[in-house]
Amino acid sequence: MSSLNHMKRMSPPPKLEVEIAGLRLKNPVMPASGTFGYGEEFSPYLDLEQLGAIVTKGISLAPKAGNPMPRLAETPAGMLNAIGLQNVGIEAFCSQKVEFLKKISTPVIVNFFGNTLEEYIEVARRLNEVERVDAVELNISCPNVKAGGIVFGTDPVTAARVVSAVRREVQVPLIVKLSPNVTDIRVMARAVEDAGADAISCINTLTGMAVDLERRCLSLANGTGGLSGPAIKPVALRMVHQVVSSVSIPVIGIGGIMSAEDALEFLLVGARAVQVGTANLVNPGAMANIIAGIEEFLAQRGIEDVNSWIGSLK
Amino acid sequence: MKDSITTVLYNRQMAPGYYCMGIAAPGYPQLARPGQFVMVRVNQSYDPLLRRPFGIFRTGTEELSHSEMESQDYMEVVYKVVGRGTRLMSHLVAGDEVGLLGPLGQGFCISPDAGGAMRDAVLVGGGIGVVPLFMLAQQLVARGVKVHLLLGGRNCGDILALAEFERLGVKTSIATDDGTLGEKCFVTQLLQATLQKFPAVQVFACGPTPMLHAVQQICAAAGAELQVSLEATMACGVGACLGCVVEGRNHSEQQPEYLCTCKQGPVFDAHELAWTQEALGPVLTPAEDSL
Ligand SMILES: Cc1cc2nc3c(=O)[nH]c(=O)nc-3n(C[C@H](O)[C@H](O)[C@H](O)COP(=O)(O)OP(=O)(O)OC[C@H]3O[C@@H](n4cnc5c(N)ncnc54)[C@H](O)[C@@H]3O)c2cc1C
Ligand SMILES: Cc1cc2nc3c(=O)[nH]c(=O)nc-3n(C[C@H](O)[C@H](O)[C@H](O)COP(=O)(O)O)c2cc1C
Ligand code: FES
Repeated sequence: MSSLNHMKRMSPPPKLEVEIAGLRLKNPVMPASGTFGYGEEFSPYLDLEQLGAIVTKGISLAPKAGNPMPRLAETPAGMLNAIGLQNVGIEAFCSQKVEFLKKISTPVIVNFFGNTLEEYIEVARRLNEVERVDAVELNISCPNVKAGGIVFGTDPVTAARVVSAVRREVQVPLIVKLSPNVTDIRVMARAVEDAGADAISCINTLTGMAVDLERRCLSLANGTGGLSGPAIKPVALRMVHQVVSSVSIPVIGIGGIMSAEDALEFLLVGARAVQVGTANLVNPGAMANIIAGIEEFLAQRGIEDVNSWIGSLK
Repeated sequence: MKDSITTVLYNRQMAPGYYCMGIAAPGYPQLARPGQFVMVRVNQSYDPLLRRPFGIFRTGTEELSHSEMESQDYMEVVYKVVGRGTRLMSHLVAGDEVGLLGPLGQGFCISPDAGGAMRDAVLVGGGIGVVPLFMLAQQLVARGVKVHLLLGGRNCGDILALAEFERLGVKTSIATDDGTLGEKCFVTQLLQATLQKFPAVQVFACGPTPMLHAVQQICAAAGAELQVSLEATMACGVGACLGCVVEGRNHSEQQPEYLCTCKQGPVFDAHELAWTQEALGPVLTPAEDSL
């Protein structure tokens, strides 16, 4: 027993490096868009160099005001948000936010969206010119203003059209982030893969609602909001598992990851990497603990490379 | 700014529904400025999931004679039980663990006016809004500024920390809705009367949003400088989620100017904000609680 412990201590730490569509990450852990600002906000709590990647708040062509307050409602083991994709716009992103990102070497993935197909194309074109952008993440969970507000990501034909149009504009890896608010996520996954996505990230938030009994009104000014946090993890795991089984491009798992164990579950069902969202809001140092926990878990089991854990579900 | 798991030192009921919790908080006496806040995680479970924001009432260092540690830095949170999180907090006892993130945000700005003089200060607190005013009063008094405190509440049970302010030598006037303590009127009426007598003062206010609206109008009419401390629903407390925004003075749909209550606030100069009905978000503390 004591010699076994000794051996464990002597063995080198497990390799955590993973690759997504040509992008090499030191480890499979990165923030989920919209929960990490533009990176800078978290530098007092976390060494940004530790992370697999940084994923920014979603960027659009013009600055976006977002929704009226209240924008947040806590729910059991989760939260609803209706921020309304408030962001500074591509112009200010390039002039104000990129400068900070130049100071760190961690890969940067920029999340973006549009209200029309043309806007998606234009933002993609602009991002492709920014040197510090190592990959883009296309958020298709947005209403198509020209099509009466139908969400791009709920119809496979529309989603494929956006993806292939953006594909033509960008040379960097294109990650497509799927909405869970669909009947069959496998159909969406295949549609975006066929349209040229290099990777898929899923899931975005689940549309939900909360009411305030005292005031007899809906809790969020917007009415509905996106549910995130531990409450959605079982749904997210199921969907990641389904997507992994239906496409051959890498999948990034998202949804309710609070701990290393949660992250390891997503990796086990086949996610190549994970994104951590709500956990950052609860605990700004969450990702550091998750990375350390993954390393410890693998080391304890004598697993030398995280890649041999990924997708090793029996 | 630090995130740590720390210990509850004491948790005393001050008045029915109001508690004062002492929390071990290394470095806070040096770090914390009046008007800043902390995010408290009541326990490590996922329900409630989010931390709760609380103003810093005061900080200090206790000499520990019988312990290996020679002294212990602490901070105090004074809170009202209003829902699930604060109810759970009220059950904590000395030795329990809590998560403490802070000190956060921009506090009150204490600076001389254009002529280099420190103006007399009027502090306006509505109910639990008195919390951030105590450290402010401490620092103003230390700088030799004359401080006049106006406190409002529904009844005498909502008027907190009077003894602490008295020990500082701060002159205090009280308004309650039912007249059980002080005058039977709104605290804003006390403010109006005070500004009539002493127009050249600076005003610092914290309380429910409707009270702040009234205070802003009174100060604008009297030409008095005003700083306000705002409330908003928060998730992160560090400027990442954009859940806590208020409208800045030049806000428009085309040129959004949103300010994060957690990062650019919670204390704002009144000139920074748009004072339309919607600009400060919904009323979180019911209006009948301490105007
Ligand atoms: C900067 C700041 C400083 C504050 N300082 C104090 C203080 O010193 N003492 C004190 O008693 N209270 C203070 N509050 C209000 C305090 O945060 C809420 O009373 C508390 O979050 C209620 O939590 P709950 O779980 O008991 O209520 P619930 O109603 O169960 O909470 C549900 C959700 O709504 C949020 N919420 C509910 N009421 C408020 C409110 N009034 N303001 C903000 N969020 C709210 C909660 O944080 C939680 O996310 C402060 C708020 C802010 C923003
Ligand atoms: C406050 C908040 C803001 C978000 N903003 C965005 C966004 O701008 N773009 C996006 O693609 N997803 C956004 N999301 C969704 C998250 O990236 C993530 O997909 C989701 O929250 C599920 O993960 P979680 O349970 O770990 O939070 C946001 C989520 C939250 C909580
Ligand atoms: S609470 Fe998250 S930005 Fe202010």
